[in-house]
Amino acid sequence: MADPTDDSTNDAKQRLKDAFLSRPTRGQVVVAILFCALGFAFAVQVQSTQEDALTTARTSDLVRILDDLGEQRERLAGETASLETTLDDLRTGADRESAARQEARERLETLGILSGTVPAVGPGIVLTVSDPEGAVDAADLLDAVQELRDAGAEAIQINDVRVVGSTSFIDSSDGIVIDGEVATPPYLIRAIGDADTLSSALAIPGGVLEGLAESGAQATVAEGTRVAVTALKDLQAAEYARPA
Amino acid sequence: MIALLGLVIGVILGLVLQPTIPVALQPYLPIAVVAALDAVFGGARAYLDGIFNDRVLVISFLGNVLVAALVVFLGDQLGVGAQLSTGVVVVFSIRIFANAAAIRRHIFHG
Repeated sequence: MADPTDDSTNDAKQRLKDAFLSRPTRGQVVVAILFCALGFAFAVQVQSTQEDALTTARTSDLVRILDDLGEQRERLAGETASLETTLDDLRTGADRESAARQEARERLETLGILSGTVPAVGPGIVLTVSDPEGAVDAADLLDAVQELRDAGAEAIQINDVRVVGSTSFIDSSDGIVIDGEVATPPYLIRAIGDADTLSSALAIPGGVLEGLAESGAQATVAEGTRVAVTALKDLQAAEYARPA
Repeated sequence: MIALLGLVIGVILGLVLQPTIPVALQPYLPIAVVAALDAVFGGARAYLDGIFNDRVLVISFLGNVLVAALVVFLGDQLGVGAQLSTGVVVVFSIRIFANAAAIRRHIFHG
Protein backbone atom coordinates (compact mmCIF):
# COMPACT_ATOMS: atom_id res chain seq x y z
CA MET A 1 0.00 0.00 0.00
CA ALA A 2 3.05 2.23 -0.10
CA ASP A 3 2.62 2.70 -3.80
CA PRO A 4 0.57 5.84 -4.39
CA THR A 5 -0.76 4.36 -7.62
CA ASP A 6 -2.21 1.45 -5.70
CA ASP A 7 -3.71 3.88 -3.24
CA SER A 8 -5.45 5.87 -5.94
CA THR A 9 -6.61 2.72 -7.66
CA ASN A 10 -8.04 1.41 -4.45
CA ASP A 11 -9.65 4.75 -3.80
CA ALA A 12 -11.14 4.74 -7.26
CA LYS A 13 -12.48 1.24 -6.79
CA GLN A 14 -13.90 2.22 -3.45
CA ARG A 15 -15.59 5.22 -4.97
CA LEU A 16 -16.96 3.08 -7.77
CA LYS A 17 -18.37 0.69 -5.21
CA ASP A 18 -19.84 3.59 -3.27
CA ALA A 19 -21.49 4.94 -6.39
CA PHE A 20 -23.40 1.73 -6.87
CA LEU A 21 -24.19 0.94 -3.27
CA SER A 22 -24.69 4.25 -1.45
CA ARG A 23 -27.98 6.08 -1.32
CA PRO A 24 -28.40 8.53 -4.19
CA THR A 25 -27.00 11.94 -3.42
CA ARG A 26 -28.11 15.18 -4.98
CA GLY A 27 -25.20 15.01 -7.42
CA GLN A 28 -26.17 11.55 -8.54
CA VAL A 29 -29.73 12.66 -9.23
CA VAL A 30 -28.45 15.52 -11.38
CA VAL A 31 -26.16 13.17 -13.24
CA ALA A 32 -29.05 10.77 -13.71
CA ILE A 33 -31.16 13.52 -15.27
CA LEU A 34 -28.34 14.47 -17.61
CA PHE A 35 -27.77 10.82 -18.55
CA CYS A 36 -31.46 10.46 -19.16
CA ALA A 37 -31.36 13.39 -21.59
CA LEU A 38 -28.24 11.95 -23.23
CA GLY A 39 -29.80 8.50 -23.64
CA PHE A 40 -32.94 10.05 -25.03
CA ALA A 41 -31.03 12.13 -27.58
CA PHE A 42 -28.83 9.16 -28.45
CA ALA A 43 -31.77 6.85 -29.07
CA VAL A 44 -33.62 9.44 -31.12
CA GLN A 45 -30.56 10.18 -33.23
CA VAL A 46 -29.77 6.50 -33.83
CA GLN A 47 -33.34 5.86 -34.85
CA SER A 48 -33.60 8.81 -37.19
CA THR A 49 -30.29 7.78 -38.78
CA GLN A 50 -31.59 4.28 -39.33
CA GLU A 51 -34.91 5.53 -40.68
CA ASP A 52 -33.58 7.38 -43.65
CA ALA A 53 -30.12 8.61 -44.41
CA LEU A 54 -31.51 11.55 -46.38
CA THR A 55 -33.51 13.08 -43.54
CA THR A 56 -30.35 13.56 -41.47
CA ALA A 57 -28.15 14.66 -44.34
CA ARG A 58 -26.91 18.23 -44.29
CA THR A 59 -28.14 20.80 -46.76
CA SER A 60 -24.84 20.87 -48.63
CA ASP A 61 -24.80 17.07 -48.83
CA LEU A 62 -28.36 17.07 -50.14
CA VAL A 63 -27.42 19.66 -52.74
CA ARG A 64 -24.45 17.54 -53.78
CA ILE A 65 -26.62 14.40 -54.01
CA LEU A 66 -29.16 16.35 -56.04
CA ASP A 67 -26.42 17.60 -58.36
CA ASP A 68 -25.08 14.07 -58.78
CA LEU A 69 -28.53 12.78 -59.62
CA GLY A 70 -29.09 15.65 -62.05
CA GLU A 71 -25.82 14.93 -63.81
CA GLN A 72 -26.63 11.25 -63.92
CA ARG A 73 -30.05 12.02 -65.36
CA GLU A 74 -28.56 14.28 -68.03
CA ARG A 75 -25.99 11.66 -68.93
CA LEU A 76 -28.68 9.01 -69.24
CA ALA A 77 -30.90 11.36 -71.24
CA GLY A 78 -28.00 11.95 -73.65
CA GLU A 79 -27.49 8.23 -73.92
CA THR A 80 -31.18 7.75 -74.62
CA ALA A 81 -31.10 10.40 -77.34
CA SER A 82 -28.09 8.88 -79.06
CA LEU A 83 -29.58 5.40 -78.89
CA GLU A 84 -32.84 6.70 -80.34
CA THR A 85 -30.90 8.35 -83.16
CA THR A 86 -29.19 5.04 -83.84
CA LEU A 87 -32.54 3.28 -83.80
CA ASP A 88 -33.99 5.79 -86.28
CA ASP A 89 -30.94 5.42 -88.50
CA LEU A 90 -31.25 1.66 -88.50
CA ARG A 91 -34.97 1.84 -89.15
CA THR A 92 -34.69 4.25 -92.10
CA GLY A 93 -31.73 2.24 -93.37
CA ALA A 94 -33.83 -0.90 -93.30
CA ASP A 95 -36.68 0.93 -95.05
CA ARG A 96 -34.37 2.22 -97.75
CA GLU A 97 -32.84 -1.20 -98.19
CA SER A 98 -36.20 -2.91 -98.57
CA ALA A 99 -37.33 -0.22 -101.03
CA ALA A 100 -34.15 -0.72 -103.03
CA ARG A 101 -34.69 -4.47 -102.99
CA GLN A 102 -38.29 -4.03 -104.17
CA GLU A 103 -37.15 -1.78 -106.99
CA ALA A 104 -34.43 -4.20 -107.98
CA ARG A 105 -36.95 -7.03 -108.08
CA GLU A 106 -39.27 -5.02 -110.32
CA ARG A 107 -36.40 -4.13 -112.62
CA LEU A 108 -35.41 -7.77 -112.72
CA GLU A 109 -38.91 -8.79 -113.76
CA THR A 110 -39.15 -6.07 -116.38
CA LEU A 111 -35.76 -6.91 -117.81
CA GLY A 112 -36.58 -10.61 -117.66
CA ILE A 113 -39.70 -10.05 -119.74
CA LEU A 114 -37.86 -7.84 -122.21
CA SER A 115 -34.93 -10.24 -122.58
CA GLY A 116 -37.18 -13.26 -122.73
CA THR A 117 -35.82 -15.13 -119.72
CA VAL A 118 -39.11 -15.23 -117.81
CA PRO A 119 -42.57 -16.29 -118.99
CA ALA A 120 -45.13 -13.50 -119.30
CA VAL A 121 -48.89 -13.31 -119.36
CA GLY A 122 -51.27 -10.47 -120.05
CA PRO A 123 -53.73 -9.00 -122.54
CA GLY A 124 -52.73 -9.14 -126.19
CA ILE A 125 -53.40 -10.80 -129.51
CA VAL A 126 -52.80 -14.11 -131.22
CA LEU A 127 -52.01 -13.76 -134.94
CA THR A 128 -52.55 -17.01 -136.78
CA VAL A 129 -50.97 -17.25 -140.24
CA SER A 130 -51.90 -20.37 -142.17
CA ASP A 131 -49.69 -20.74 -145.19
CA PRO A 132 -50.77 -23.68 -147.38
CA GLU A 133 -48.87 -22.37 -150.42
CA GLY A 134 -45.61 -21.64 -148.62
CA ALA A 135 -45.86 -18.04 -149.65
CA VAL A 136 -44.75 -16.50 -146.35
CA ASP A 137 -41.06 -15.78 -146.04
CA ALA A 138 -38.83 -14.51 -143.28
CA ALA A 139 -39.33 -10.88 -144.30
CA ASP A 140 -43.10 -11.20 -143.80
CA LEU A 141 -42.70 -12.54 -140.29
CA LEU A 142 -40.12 -9.86 -139.52
CA ASP A 143 -42.54 -7.23 -140.78
CA ALA A 144 -45.22 -8.58 -138.52
CA VAL A 145 -42.86 -8.56 -135.52
CA GLN A 146 -41.70 -5.01 -136.31
CA GLU A 147 -45.30 -3.86 -136.58
CA LEU A 148 -46.17 -5.46 -133.26
CA ARG A 149 -43.12 -3.87 -131.62
CA ASP A 150 -44.10 -0.50 -133.02
CA ALA A 151 -47.54 -0.98 -131.52
CA GLY A 152 -46.01 -1.54 -128.12
CA ALA A 153 -45.86 -5.31 -127.79
CA GLU A 154 -43.89 -6.19 -124.68
CA ALA A 155 -43.39 -9.92 -125.27
CA ILE A 156 -43.67 -11.83 -128.53
CA GLN A 157 -43.55 -15.53 -129.30
CA ILE A 158 -43.69 -17.23 -132.70
CA ASN A 159 -44.68 -20.89 -132.40
CA ASP A 160 -42.24 -22.07 -129.72
CA VAL A 161 -39.61 -19.36 -130.10
CA ARG A 162 -39.44 -16.26 -127.95
CA VAL A 163 -38.79 -13.17 -130.03
CA VAL A 164 -36.22 -10.82 -128.50
CA GLY A 165 -33.84 -8.16 -129.79
CA SER A 166 -31.37 -10.67 -131.19
CA THR A 167 -33.90 -12.99 -132.83
CA SER A 168 -33.04 -13.80 -136.45
CA PHE A 169 -35.34 -14.77 -139.31
CA ILE A 170 -33.73 -16.74 -142.09
CA ASP A 171 -35.24 -18.29 -145.19
CA SER A 172 -34.10 -21.83 -145.79
CA SER A 173 -35.11 -24.76 -147.93
CA ASP A 174 -36.89 -26.37 -144.96
CA GLY A 175 -38.84 -23.28 -144.16
CA ILE A 176 -38.26 -20.20 -142.07
CA VAL A 177 -35.50 -20.60 -139.48
CA ILE A 178 -36.13 -18.48 -136.40
CA ASP A 179 -33.18 -18.36 -134.01
CA GLY A 180 -31.91 -21.61 -135.39
CA GLU A 181 -35.22 -23.46 -135.16
CA VAL A 182 -37.25 -24.35 -138.18
CA ALA A 183 -40.74 -22.92 -137.92
CA THR A 184 -43.50 -24.64 -139.84
CA PRO A 185 -46.88 -23.19 -140.76
CA PRO A 186 -49.29 -22.33 -139.42
CA TYR A 187 -47.38 -19.59 -137.67
CA LEU A 188 -48.84 -18.71 -134.31
CA ILE A 189 -47.65 -15.27 -133.23
CA ARG A 190 -48.55 -14.32 -129.65
CA ALA A 191 -47.95 -10.75 -128.53
CA ILE A 192 -48.64 -9.17 -125.14
CA GLY A 193 -49.59 -5.49 -125.16
CA ASP A 194 -52.63 -3.30 -125.63
CA ALA A 195 -54.90 -5.64 -127.62
CA ASP A 196 -56.76 -2.91 -129.53
CA THR A 197 -53.57 -1.10 -130.52
CA LEU A 198 -51.87 -4.30 -131.61
CA SER A 199 -54.77 -5.55 -133.74
CA SER A 200 -55.38 -2.16 -135.36
CA ALA A 201 -51.66 -1.84 -136.10
CA LEU A 202 -51.76 -5.14 -137.95
CA ALA A 203 -54.94 -4.19 -139.79
CA ILE A 204 -53.91 -0.81 -141.18
CA PRO A 205 -54.32 -0.52 -144.97
CA GLY A 206 -51.18 -1.71 -146.74
CA GLY A 207 -50.04 -3.25 -143.47
CA VAL A 208 -49.17 -6.71 -142.29
CA LEU A 209 -52.54 -8.43 -142.76
CA GLU A 210 -53.04 -6.99 -146.21
CA GLY A 211 -49.51 -7.91 -147.24
CA LEU A 212 -49.96 -11.48 -146.05
CA ALA A 213 -53.27 -11.76 -147.86
CA GLU A 214 -51.63 -10.50 -151.05
CA SER A 215 -48.90 -13.13 -150.68
CA GLY A 216 -51.57 -15.79 -150.59
CA ALA A 217 -51.56 -16.60 -146.87
CA GLN A 218 -54.53 -16.43 -144.54
CA ALA A 219 -54.02 -14.40 -141.40
CA THR A 220 -56.49 -13.96 -138.53
CA VAL A 221 -56.14 -11.88 -135.41
CA ALA A 222 -57.73 -12.92 -132.12
CA GLU A 223 -57.70 -10.51 -129.17
CA GLY A 224 -57.43 -12.01 -125.71
CA THR A 225 -57.33 -10.74 -122.16
CA ARG A 226 -54.93 -13.48 -121.13
CA VAL A 227 -52.29 -14.30 -123.70
CA ALA A 228 -49.46 -16.46 -122.41
CA VAL A 229 -45.92 -16.10 -123.73
CA THR A 230 -44.24 -19.12 -122.23
CA ALA A 231 -41.29 -19.78 -124.55
CA LEU A 232 -37.98 -18.79 -122.95
CA LYS A 233 -34.76 -17.49 -124.39
CA ASP A 234 -31.41 -18.41 -122.89
CA LEU A 235 -29.51 -15.33 -121.91
CA GLN A 236 -25.94 -15.20 -123.12
CA ALA A 237 -23.62 -13.39 -120.80
CA ALA A 238 -21.94 -10.47 -122.50
CA GLU A 239 -18.40 -11.40 -123.37
CA TYR A 240 -17.05 -7.97 -124.25
CA ALA A 241 -19.56 -5.38 -123.24
CA ARG A 242 -19.38 -4.15 -119.63
CA PRO A 243 -21.62 -1.72 -117.82
CA ALA A 244 -20.14 1.72 -118.28
CA MET B 1 -26.31 3.46 -10.02
CA ILE B 2 -29.12 5.92 -10.34
CA ALA B 3 -27.11 7.58 -13.16
CA LEU B 4 -27.08 4.38 -15.22
CA LEU B 5 -30.77 3.99 -14.46
CA GLY B 6 -31.33 7.46 -15.91
CA LEU B 7 -29.42 6.51 -19.05
CA VAL B 8 -31.51 3.39 -19.54
CA ILE B 9 -34.74 5.28 -18.93
CA GLY B 10 -33.67 7.91 -21.50
CA VAL B 11 -32.92 5.30 -24.14
CA ILE B 12 -36.24 3.57 -23.52
CA LEU B 13 -38.09 6.89 -23.67
CA GLY B 14 -36.42 7.71 -26.98
CA LEU B 15 -37.26 4.30 -28.43
CA VAL B 16 -40.85 4.35 -27.22
CA LEU B 17 -41.76 7.95 -28.02
CA GLN B 18 -39.90 8.09 -31.34
CA PRO B 19 -40.14 11.87 -31.58
CA THR B 20 -39.39 13.53 -34.88
CA ILE B 21 -36.38 15.79 -34.69
CA PRO B 22 -37.15 19.34 -35.83
CA VAL B 23 -35.43 20.04 -39.12
CA ALA B 24 -33.54 22.99 -37.63
CA LEU B 25 -31.99 20.75 -34.96
CA GLN B 26 -31.11 17.83 -37.21
CA PRO B 27 -27.46 18.81 -37.92
CA TYR B 28 -26.81 19.55 -34.22
CA LEU B 29 -28.23 16.54 -32.44
CA PRO B 30 -25.48 14.06 -33.34
CA ILE B 31 -22.83 16.63 -32.42
CA ALA B 32 -24.62 17.36 -29.15
CA VAL B 33 -24.72 13.64 -28.36
CA VAL B 34 -20.99 13.29 -28.94
CA ALA B 35 -20.30 16.39 -26.84
CA ALA B 36 -22.44 15.04 -24.03
CA LEU B 37 -20.65 11.69 -24.21
CA ASP B 38 -17.39 13.56 -23.76
CA ALA B 39 -18.79 15.30 -20.69
CA VAL B 40 -19.96 11.97 -19.30
CA PHE B 41 -16.55 10.38 -19.72
CA GLY B 42 -14.93 13.46 -18.24
CA GLY B 43 -17.28 13.23 -15.27
CA ALA B 44 -16.53 9.56 -14.77
CA ARG B 45 -12.83 10.25 -14.77
CA ALA B 46 -13.22 13.09 -12.32
CA TYR B 47 -15.29 10.87 -10.09
CA LEU B 48 -12.60 8.24 -10.04
CA ASP B 49 -10.01 10.96 -9.47
CA GLY B 50 -12.00 12.00 -6.47
CA ILE B 51 -12.51 15.52 -7.70
CA PHE B 52 -16.02 14.99 -8.95
CA ASN B 53 -18.37 17.90 -8.58
CA ASP B 54 -21.93 17.63 -9.85
CA ARG B 55 -22.04 21.32 -10.64
CA VAL B 56 -18.95 21.05 -12.80
CA LEU B 57 -20.45 18.08 -14.62
CA VAL B 58 -23.68 19.95 -15.34
CA ILE B 59 -21.79 22.95 -16.63
CA SER B 60 -19.40 20.93 -18.76
CA PHE B 61 -22.27 18.83 -20.08
CA LEU B 62 -24.40 21.80 -21.12
CA GLY B 63 -21.35 23.82 -22.11
CA ASN B 64 -20.04 21.08 -24.37
CA VAL B 65 -23.38 20.69 -26.05
CA LEU B 66 -23.88 24.40 -26.56
CA VAL B 67 -20.37 25.13 -27.80
CA ALA B 68 -20.46 22.15 -30.16
CA ALA B 69 -23.80 23.28 -31.53
CA LEU B 70 -22.52 26.84 -31.84
CA VAL B 71 -19.41 25.72 -33.72
CA VAL B 72 -21.47 23.67 -36.14
CA PHE B 73 -23.95 26.50 -36.52
CA LEU B 74 -21.16 28.95 -37.34
CA GLY B 75 -19.70 26.40 -39.73
CA ASP B 76 -23.04 26.11 -41.47
CA GLN B 77 -23.21 29.89 -41.81
CA LEU B 78 -19.69 29.92 -43.26
CA GLY B 79 -20.42 27.04 -45.59
CA VAL B 80 -18.00 24.64 -43.90
CA GLY B 81 -20.56 23.00 -41.58
CA ALA B 82 -19.75 19.49 -42.76
CA GLN B 83 -16.02 19.90 -42.18
CA LEU B 84 -16.47 21.63 -38.83
CA SER B 85 -18.83 18.96 -37.53
CA THR B 86 -16.24 16.40 -38.56
CA GLY B 87 -13.65 18.40 -36.66
CA VAL B 88 -15.83 18.59 -33.56
CA VAL B 89 -16.47 14.88 -33.65
CA VAL B 90 -12.75 14.21 -34.02
CA VAL B 91 -11.83 16.46 -31.10
CA PHE B 92 -14.43 14.97 -28.80
CA SER B 93 -13.46 11.48 -29.86
CA ILE B 94 -9.86 12.16 -28.90
CA ARG B 95 -10.95 13.48 -25.51
CA ILE B 96 -13.20 10.50 -24.98
CA PHE B 97 -10.30 8.18 -25.70
CA ALA B 98 -8.06 10.11 -23.34
CA ASN B 99 -10.67 10.00 -20.57
CA ALA B 100 -11.33 6.34 -21.22
CA ALA B 101 -7.61 5.68 -20.87
CA ALA B 102 -7.49 7.55 -17.56
CA ILE B 103 -10.50 5.63 -16.27
CA ARG B 104 -8.91 2.39 -17.32
CA ARG B 105 -5.73 3.34 -15.49
CA HIS B 106 -7.73 3.99 -12.35
CA ILE B 107 -9.66 0.72 -12.40
CA PHE B 108 -6.84 -1.50 -13.53
CA HIS B 109 -3.30 -0.85 -12.49
CA GLY B 110 -2.72 1.07 -15.72
